[in-house]
Amino acid sequence: MTQSSQATDGLCSVPALLQRNAQKFGSKAAYREKEFGIWQSWTWAETEKEIEALALGFINLGVNEGDFIAIIGRNRPYFYWAMVAAQSVGAVPVPLYNDASAEEMAYVMEHCGARFVVCEDQEQVDKVIEIQDGLHQFEHMIYVDPRGLRKYDHHALHRFVDIQAQGRATYYEWIEDLKARREKLTYDSTCVMLYTSGTTGKPKGVVLSNRNIIETAKNASEFDNLNAGDEILAYLPMAWVGDFIFSVGQAYWTGFCTNCPESPETMMTDLREIGPTYYFAPPRIFETQLTNVMIRMEDASPFKKRLFDYFMAHAKRVGPAILDGKSVNAWDRLKYKLGELAIYGPLKNTLGFSRVRVGYTAGEAIGPEIFEFYRSLGINLKQLYGQTEASVFITVQPDGEVRADTVGIPSKGVEIRIADNGEIFYRSEGTFVEYYKNAESTASTKDAEGWVATGDAGFFEPDTGHLRIIDRAKDVGAMADGSLFAPKYVENKLKFYPDILEAVLFGNGKDRCVAFINIDLTAVGNWAERNNIAYASYQELAGHPKVLASIQSHVEEVNKSVAQDEMLSGCQVHRFVILHKELDADDGEMTRTRKVRRVIVADKFKDIIEALYDGSPQISTKTEVTYEDGRKGSISATLTIIDAKVQPVTTQKVAAE
Amino acid sequence: MNDMSTEGYTTEDGRKIGGTLMEMKNITLSFGGVKAITDISFDIKEGEIRAIIGPNGAGKSSMLNVISGFYIPQEGEVWYKGEKRAQMKPYEVARLGIARTFQNIALFDGMSVLDNVMTGRLNHMTTGLFAQGLWKGKAEREEVENRERAEKIIDFLEIQAIRKTPVARLPYGLKKRVELARALAAEPSLLLLDEPMAGMNVEEKEDMSRFILDVNDEFGTTIALIEHDMGVVMDLSDRVVVMDYGKKIGDGTPDEVRNNQDVIDAYLGVSHD
Repeated sequence: MTQSSQATDGLCSVPALLQRNAQKFGSKAAYREKEFGIWQSWTWAETEKEIEALALGFINLGVNEGDFIAIIGRNRPYFYWAMVAAQSVGAVPVPLYNDASAEEMAYVMEHCGARFVVCEDQEQVDKVIEIQDGLHQFEHMIYVDPRGLRKYDHHALHRFVDIQAQGRATYYEWIEDLKARREKLTYDSTCVMLYTSGTTGKPKGVVLSNRNIIETAKNASEFDNLNAGDEILAYLPMAWVGDFIFSVGQAYWTGFCTNCPESPETMMTDLREIGPTYYFAPPRIFETQLTNVMIRMEDASPFKKRLFDYFMAHAKRVGPAILDGKSVNAWDRLKYKLGELAIYGPLKNTLGFSRVRVGYTAGEAIGPEIFEFYRSLGINLKQLYGQTEASVFITVQPDGEVRADTVGIPSKGVEIRIADNGEIFYRSEGTFVEYYKNAESTASTKDAEGWVATGDAGFFEPDTGHLRIIDRAKDVGAMADGSLFAPKYVENKLKFYPDILEAVLFGNGKDRCVAFINIDLTAVGNWAERNNIAYASYQELAGHPKVLASIQSHVEEVNKSVAQDEMLSGCQVHRFVILHKELDADDGEMTRTRKVRRVIVADKFKDIIEALYDGSPQISTKTEVTYEDGRKGSISATLTIIDAKVQPVTTQKVAAE
Repeated sequence: MNDMSTEGYTTEDGRKIGGTLMEMKNITLSFGGVKAITDISFDIKEGEIRAIIGPNGAGKSSMLNVISGFYIPQEGEVWYKGEKRAQMKPYEVARLGIARTFQNIALFDGMSVLDNVMTGRLNHMTTGLFAQGLWKGKAEREEVENRERAEKIIDFLEIQAIRKTPVARLPYGLKKRVELARALAAEPSLLLLDEPMAGMNVEEKEDMSRFILDVNDEFGTTIALIEHDMGVVMDLSDRVVVMDYGKKIGDGTPDEVRNNQDVIDAYLGVSHD
């Protein structure tokens, strides 16, 4: 411990880092937010003053050390300040997903016993008011956007600016207390508590200490040479550990600037205006951007289209090699430079990637074509593997060793061990302290020596030392004949087709596999428009015979590719159905981070699965849907079940690595 | 001025409504031999949301056009802010602080949303064409100030994402919102909305209702609106005037109007002898 304290120059809490930044980078921008059409910015010195005012206001309001403060809002400087202000007074910030329903919030808030809530606007205030009777410890709420809230009872409801003003007004009363509380913070005090999205069961509160966050942020920043000159765009949910590490951990460690978009809808425009140097996005965002580019290129003039195709083909061939610093002949290099001038440069500018030095994708597997597309443009896109319990980083890809199918080598300071059943275990300084009020889960996840079970199955490639993830360990099963069943592997292959948004494979314990498929409305809709196919709804488009035929051809291609893998050739899709609705977090079919909840989907659509197995050509079904405002309705549909051609299975070897 | 009507009142949800902002006294409007409006009187109080409803052809839009000064009634008087309003051109009415939106959207299609909203600020600009062309000194300061107002409204109506989009490319529901933004940019004391929800789907209607309530709440703007969707009218407005065949057949709170026999007849239909 002494050693690591020295390594961080005695800076053992985020508020301490803030003090340092205010001195060291005082006049450098710390936060920017676009509002009223202009980028408003705050320097580190100003940020320190804002946070101090808020922290004083917190003390004045009665926040005690050890209290929990729930923070509900989209990425805005105010909420980052609220988190650091909470830490400064010895309280624990608990960021929540702002799109969570009132019941979801009720569970988390009651579980941590939050006494205070800092939230964004009327929408969030209404949600908290709705659930406040069930919350025993809840006392005060602070909001940022006053719109529509004037008539509310303000006995326990405060404006953010008022709390800051009160803090400033009571400066001399509380400043000594604030300093004392700040100094009490150690490497072991809690930095933040984040609730896992909970693919199964109730969300669990992951307690992360200052050590976890600062050590991880330090190691990861050094790994990628991040410095105070970097810029990031904070747009991913604040309740997600990644945003906390990037926008708080690394931002405070290195002193770089966090930029907040004007609204979720303007994210792409804001991205272009900021041109971040360090960028993170889940594969889905890269996919959407690529789809948009391709759709727009379809509408370009023939000359531009040909130029684009020509240079993109060239980039595909030599781009990744140039990026990795491998040897490429002079003629190809020259042509790549020309392409940079004509196509790659303007394209990167349009996408907002002109300045990206380090880009990461994680959370899900990314399609090799998508990955290659960005890398061929010269964008240093890499993959990392991580989870909340590890303060994100478990493995990362070093520059120059980037591949689509691995997740890289162990991150600095992380030890990894593969169990006999293939499950990945890790141990590091970033390893979480505990699950809050859940000793049982803590014990079953983290053993006495600090090894944490990831729940993922994978293996190290013998020749490169890179980690490859197969699937969730609990999802990996066996077919009736004993061969390996790894649904994610097949689903990812399916999802790599731009017109397939989501796929769910079933077949654990059965003699063959079947699949649900969700089409991508943007891609398929565009295709339909071009081919003069009229449709009125998602459901109608999903059931169109031509769509069925094209998806069938994708499935059969995937089968061919799956058949080549000895271990997994049993997972070929025998029959599939295109679902009549998109799987949605509001219906509980996915987590808020858009991961499919297999068990719930299997249970909800069990009639369809039955039909897939009993050989019937069609199935009529009725499904309950939840609208955004919480009302429920139902849609009924008759779905056609398609048989896909499968490849003969070459070997029947049962293997477990 | 009528003493009775200058008094304010308090709404069910506790909002304080002020004195009379506008009063229509015995208005009669005819086009040739056709009487569009016959002897109608009602008032609009400061800070309230006042609806004018009625079946098709009842004379609602004509009434709104009288308020906005577009039509000049043959008989009757329009009192505004305690003064009898002389005959005036629509742009003069606009300068008095009355802004409106149109039933069939009247935006500048080729211009961006921002530019459209900025046109609403026209009455707040004092520099001349030449000064604005040079864009130095006062003209520049003025533009910056007005842009700030426009941006606040863009933020308020949540149309940041389409700020630079040409209006022609927008869907109908958003165009309606842009029109509201432009009207608001004029910082009106009286806002006239001609069928703000016409042709919208349920979600768009809910959004628009929210915005209308928020405008009234945040800026204290008095709103007079014409609307066909009864649910919307009854939920939004403080008081309702009901018209049928150019005559006023009801006037009061939504509940009073709902139970008024003449109104029920007009909507359900009875034979007119």
